[in-house]
Amino acid sequence: MKTLPELLTFWQTQAGKLGEQTLQHIGLTAAALLLAVVLGVPLGLWLTRRPRWAPVVLGLAGILQTVPSIALLGFLIPWLGIGPKPAILALLLYSLLPIIRNTVTGIQGVSPAVVEAARGLGFTDWQVQSQVELPLALPVLFAGIRTAAVIGVGVATLAAYVAAGGLGEFIFGGIALNNPVMILAGALPAAALALAFDAALAGLQRLDSRRLVGVGKVLLVLLPLLGGLYLLPRASSKLQAGFSPEFVGRADGLPGLRRAYGLRRLPSVVLAPALVYEAARNADVDVIDGYSTDGRIRAYGLQVLRDDKRVFPPYYAAPVVRPALLQAHPELRPVLAQLTGLLTDSAMTELNYRVDYLHQQPRAVAEAFLRQRGLWRDPRPKVPGAAVVRLGSKIFAEQYILVEMYAALIRGATDLSVETKTGLGGTTICFEALRSGTIDMYPEYTGTGLQVLLQPSPATLDSLNGQPAAVFDYVKQEFRRRYKLEWLPPLGFNNTYALLMRQRQARELGIGSLSELGQYLGR
Amino acid sequence: MADSASAPIIRATGLTKRYGPHAVVQDVSFALHPGETLVLLGPSGCGKTTLLRLLNRLVEPDAGTVEINGQDVRRQQPEELRRGIGYVIQQVGLLPHYSVADNVAVVPRLLGHAPAAIEARTAALLRRLHLPPEQYAARFPHELSGGQQQRVGLARALAADPPIILLDEPFGALDPVTRTQIRRDFRELEELRDKTIVLVTHDVTEAFELADRIMLLDAGRVQQLGTPRELLFQSANDFVRRFFAAERLPLQLRTLTLADVQPFLPPGSQLRELPAKLPVHDALEQLTSGPKRPPSSAGVGALMHAFEQALQAEPV
Ligand SMILES: Nc1ncnc2c1ncn2[C@@H]1O[C@H](COP(=O)(O)OP(=O)(O)O)[C@@H](O)[C@H]1O
Ligand SMILES: [Mg+2]
Repeated sequence: MKTLPELLTFWQTQAGKLGEQTLQHIGLTAAALLLAVVLGVPLGLWLTRRPRWAPVVLGLAGILQTVPSIALLGFLIPWLGIGPKPAILALLLYSLLPIIRNTVTGIQGVSPAVVEAARGLGFTDWQVQSQVELPLALPVLFAGIRTAAVIGVGVATLAAYVAAGGLGEFIFGGIALNNPVMILAGALPAAALALAFDAALAGLQRLDSRRLVGVGKVLLVLLPLLGGLYLLPRASSKLQAGFSPEFVGRADGLPGLRRAYGLRRLPSVVLAPALVYEAARNADVDVIDGYSTDGRIRAYGLQVLRDDKRVFPPYYAAPVVRPALLQAHPELRPVLAQLTGLLTDSAMTELNYRVDYLHQQPRAVAEAFLRQRGLWRDPRPKVPGAAVVRLGSKIFAEQYILVEMYAALIRGATDLSVETKTGLGGTTICFEALRSGTIDMYPEYTGTGLQVLLQPSPATLDSLNGQPAAVFDYVKQEFRRRYKLEWLPPLGFNNTYALLMRQRQARELGIGSLSELGQYLGR
Repeated sequence: MADSASAPIIRATGLTKRYGPHAVVQDVSFALHPGETLVLLGPSGCGKTTLLRLLNRLVEPDAGTVEINGQDVRRQQPEELRRGIGYVIQQVGLLPHYSVADNVAVVPRLLGHAPAAIEARTAALLRRLHLPPEQYAARFPHELSGGQQQRVGLARALAADPPIILLDEPFGALDPVTRTQIRRDFRELEELRDKTIVLVTHDVTEAFELADRIMLLDAGRVQQLGTPRELLFQSANDFVRRFFAAERLPLQLRTLTLADVQPFLPPGSQLRELPAKLPVHDALEQLTSGPKRPPSSAGVGALMHAFEQALQAEPV
């Protein structure tokens, strides 16, 4: 059990980050909670006067709550961009249901005799609500706020996906890098926060309603203050970077770059890989990580900064397969080999552009390409009981396209049946799926195999010196030795990591390479 | 007692209230003079509560009008109207998060009375209702017995000294002993002396004990409106007769007074020394359980004889 000391070390080295993320997390949750109370309580009050609307509003709020949080963020981004706005709004939408519902339930629970008497004595409707119903509903309302707070702390971890910070930065970085210590480093404080919120509000709930009125007022002052934590000034700088969680942690990602080029004064936020390009396009950030064959580079007017010190290893794509598959079906080898060396960087960028930007189906794009190269054959009729080839892919367009190409080739040239398991998340998930036999094959990149999966000593890395052929040979050999997995020959393109900027900004600042970026920041 | 010379303080004309297809209150009219006590009597569900709530606009009528002091109540904001009318309900409905004193002070505060005046008034009322403020003012409703809560409810209705008090089965939820006791306190309460009172009950004895006039309702319609004696001895219809059938004798004993039986008493009877307004029932009580004298069977016999003769003299 060496996790604990590692965890403590991690916290120690990242203390500043941990504190900042915790404050952001509290701030996000409190701000959303405050908005939810400010909106939800009056809405709940209104519903008690218009009971016919209650099922509609509560139903809507209920539906909102069933939308997966990541999807909800996805819907909000085109409208609100990235940053705190979509995060707080998503949190707000999740917090709304328990608050509206408990306001309604709490007020419906007030004895009708008390309300009747109050009205009979001459309270106005507003006075009945504010002086009788609301105070008496407070214990139930507080239970709702408590639920909302706990949900909020949980959902706020997702804020990291939209560059809104919070403890999710560690968690998603950890997931992307398969680093349990890093996951725990974010998850434990998040859990502790949830428990603390829960305990504090549970304590309040036990007070009787008279004292709760006072507490409620204190809370209305406290929440904005906590929410304000979020607005603490952040380091300002010339350029702002937005990176995917995986890039921030892996050796050949940001750490390697900082070592080679400096880049010390480049503050970065973490955000979901799917959002990085949008963020650059919308000028939410200036520098992002990406892949050199990504279709959006062309679509969004971005520019690859030259890696003049060759920090990023070559990332030539090649299928990795289980040898058992090729033994059982030797006819597959020539079929798969049809793509070898066929896809250049520009060809792949074009295909990616069609899927990512023109929103064409990966299957249609794959078919069009195969037809154009004269490789297309109509799928053979299904043979009952045919063996199944399971193709896996990571969760981005290029992999989808490649998998569709292989699927089409196999269906057209063999009687085998094909099953695609696309969207398997990151590298480790695909790799583990392949090792465990859940899939038979997936497209991998030489650099990823080297840095993420094999993690050779610095001496070995030096000896390879970023030479594409040397790296491929090393990876092929080591995979066979260590994992009994087979790399087939590369497809041709090099989808390496790259830092990207908006073309126009890069030109204005005179930045064409990473060294120039380092010099600009250092100035 | 009713002062029929003065203008009516409450006048209801043709009041009708429907819930869905059937009318819960149908074409009810009456006029009440200042200081009068009207009891709304009738079986459960006959519309008593609804009629009472029509008076302070907790329910709005489908037809008909309510005038208070000659002014249509719809010309006033409902809240304003209600602050000028005391209101007591069976479930009491004390505000559970207010202390006893704060509950009593609700209406004067709504009316913006001076705090010192409110405090004095609250203390005086609580004392009058046998709830010494030193002991009870700071308590909360859940710390009181049912009877005590009912007294606080009454104090609350009286706090701003409204000329009209509406009471909906105010003694309904209490056990018989507490109930009799509070009812006695209620009758003797000086604060209520010259109030105009509309009181709802389904208890015949209670109605006879408290009413100047009784309005007997059935299915939202007025069956008879009159003094207890009129309802008992000059019943308007079969419903009225049947309604009192079970309690006829005790009601007669309560309704007829010594003045009524006097012509039939033997000359020189001790009973002639008692107040003429005393109900026969109470006179009998004094004869049979008076602290000074031993039971006087002779007196009882004479009184019962006279009572029988007086009954026969009443038109039935
Ligand atoms: N708000 C309402 N909606 C529908 N029906 C009602 C409402 N209030 C009272 N009623 C009906 O009107 C009738 C008279 O009710 P109520 O005035 O409370 O009778 P009482 O006080 O004489 O027992 C009952 O049948 C009752 O169900
Ligand atoms: Mg009733």
